Amino acid sequence: MLHTVNKSPFQNNALTDCSRYVQAGDVVLLLEDGVFAAQAGTTQSALLEKMMEQVTIYALSADLKARAIKALVAGVQVTDYAGFVELVEQHKIHSWL
Amino acid sequence: MAEEVKKIMFTVRKPPHGSIYVYEGLEVKLIMAAYDADISVVFMDDGVFAVKRGQDTKELGIKGFEATYGALVDYEIQKVFVDRQSMESRGMTEEDLVIIGEDEDTEEPIRPQVVDASEIAAMMAEQHNILSF
Repeated sequence: MLHTVNKSPFQNNALTDCSRYVQAGDVVLLLEDGVFAAQAGTTQSALLEKMMEQVTIYALSADLKARAIKALVAGVQVTDYAGFVELVEQHKIHSWL
Repeated sequence: MAEEVKKIMFTVRKPPHGSIYVYEGLEVKLIMAAYDADISVVFMDDGVFAVKRGQDTKELGIKGFEATYGALVDYEIQKVFVDRQSMESRGMTEEDLVIIGEDEDTEEPIRPQVVDASEIAAMMAEQHNILSF
């Protein structure tokens, strides 16, 4: 499963909710305001670290750059639109709107 | 050769009435039920508020859709689930849930089935498509 999260974790529970339904081996892609979760040293970092014990987490580079997010929680991988398309090809998707 | 029946899941994570998502989602479910698909519906997170009994929308000036949930089984949408933790953390119990139809033989009311997040995750992994509302 590919889970996409596009809401800021500081304003919305989408990422926390998502974390309850992931299975080992799933992939989570942070995009749009979801990328704020990827910033290192926030109140959400522990949640991401916990999730990464089970799943791979990607953040979309265009959204990171647009929001000046440079220091990422260790382990978060950065992908671009082409990588996004590849993830979509490889998985079934659930959008945590 | 017969085509494989598509497994389509609807996830409902928004509360009712504050936005059009839940209502529109219900419309889509009823439309999809006309096709030969294996449909399941999961109410999770704030979506559990959508299946709380006794919604009275008269003063909002809108029709409401609780009665429509009562026809889900008639539309052959029987796989209706509620996430236990979402329900309990919002102060709801199984008795608070809407009726989605009645048993043909016993005429007992049918309510959504309460399941754990791990069961929902396993069901999600089996779907061809998941639509979120």
